[in-house]
Amino acid sequence: MIKVIQPGFFTSIQDKGRFGYRSNGVPVSGAMDLYSSHFANALLGNPDDCATLEITMVGPTLQLCKPTTIVISGAFMNPKLNGKPIEMNTIITVKSNDILSFGRVEKGLRCYLAIKEGFKSKVVFNSRSMYTNITSAVRLKKDDIVDYLADNQVSPSFNAHVKFNDSVLENDFLEVFKGPEFDKLSLEQKNAILNKELKVSKFNSRMAYQLLPLVENYLKPILTAPVLPGTVQLTPLGQLIVLMRDCQTTGGYPRILQLTEQSINNLSQKSTGSILKIRLKD
Amino acid sequence: MLYHLQYSRFNECSVLIEWPELINEDILKNILNFKNKIENSHIKHLLEVINTYSSILIIYKRAIDNVNDEILRLRDVYSGLSGLDISIDKTWHIPVCYDSEFAVDLDQFSKAKYLSNSEIIRLHSQTIYTVYFIGFLPGFLYLGGLDSKLFFDRKSTPNLSVKKGSVAIGGKQTGIYPQDSPGGWHVIGNSPIDLFNSNNKTPCFIKAGDKIQFKPISISDYNSIKESVCSSTFDLNSLLQ
Repeated sequence: MIKVIQPGFFTSIQDKGRFGYRSNGVPVSGAMDLYSSHFANALLGNPDDCATLEITMVGPTLQLCKPTTIVISGAFMNPKLNGKPIEMNTIITVKSNDILSFGRVEKGLRCYLAIKEGFKSKVVFNSRSMYTNITSAVRLKKDDIVDYLADNQVSPSFNAHVKFNDSVLENDFLEVFKGPEFDKLSLEQKNAILNKELKVSKFNSRMAYQLLPLVENYLKPILTAPVLPGTVQLTPLGQLIVLMRDCQTTGGYPRILQLTEQSINNLSQKSTGSILKIRLKD
Repeated sequence: MLYHLQYSRFNECSVLIEWPELINEDILKNILNFKNKIENSHIKHLLEVINTYSSILIIYKRAIDNVNDEILRLRDVYSGLSGLDISIDKTWHIPVCYDSEFAVDLDQFSKAKYLSNSEIIRLHSQTIYTVYFIGFLPGFLYLGGLDSKLFFDRKSTPNLSVKKGSVAIGGKQTGIYPQDSPGGWHVIGNSPIDLFNSNNKTPCFIKAGDKIQFKPISISDYNSIKESVCSSTFDLNSLLQ
């Protein structure tokens, strides 16, 4: 098991998400940057539904009580094992009671810690992803304990030739499809949104990211309709809201754009003040 | 009856199907029949299907190779709908206590609408509502059928915390908050029933297409139902009588 010595800013257990319960109003959740969490799992040879730790902005200090192997991918947070810097995107062997620590983020926003065979927290509706009122907690706190299987074998990497694609941290554009209400936008509105510099507001979380500036808007709300992570809504106040992994299953604001899966990962690595542009895919 | 539907790609892995943008029971039946047919049509890589008032979103496990081919396949499924496979809808009688202890906005509502409290309660509890879908929060029912005399714009500033079980009116809609949540609707009562239970394999016992009617209860009834709900001894089937 791991013991949380310091939880960091916001550290939670996430797998690839909770499927099959959206008709009950249950969000998908899952790792915000699925590319990085998948990469870390794949390098360990883990099945792709293994749970990782999603570490946001300032990392935790963890005691790993059993021998195992780990991989850290995504944002760079100066990971250290027993005080010594360790490599990202590489299999690291851990001994009993080693201390794994992270600092403040230097590149990107969210970092993923994968462990051999995944973290073994309680499964609720086919997923370990933490979410309010579904799992018993939404984040790790000091002295929490999360189980994993001991693994004494130093397993060879099956995917050692795979290289982490840094573009998930570096891209400053988002690729989008037209949303169901895209055609209701005026030319001026389209010009104000597409290919213009937009800034990530301080309202950014696992649920949604607001992009600035405001866009003048006369579009009326729609009859409540399905939304997905990556749906871009335009509110009556002119706010551009990009829904993220913990978003509701339905919404009543016009859905003007839809981010590609890869662009959701990209945006997950952006923090307050980041500048980016939106490009229409076709 | 078959409607003229709009099919479009929503993202790499999903297709949106749209009916005329209306809250209408015939449309709902058509949507639920189609949804049911899709779920039983052995469509490759199907992950899940969600519906709202006038849309279905079909989500696949992986990127769709050719969206146009997939849309043709779905059109085929739709044209094969018989319209006869109507399920028997259940009617749930949901106990609600309209006492001032819970109905924090009832007096204000009554003043603004020039209706007495008892008239509001009568209008609210005599209607049989249709459950169109569940969204917003786990277990939040989107209901159709609110009496137009009770239409009332949402609060301009939402409350930071509306209590679990609150029965409220916002705009042309009424609903029950399945958990503590911020919310801008006017609270006129509270139900002791758990609409969402994460310990159950099927977390919501009510589903789209079902009917519900609110049944006014006293505080003492409220407390005794609440007690049996909390101790997991409450029999949900008793709500069907």
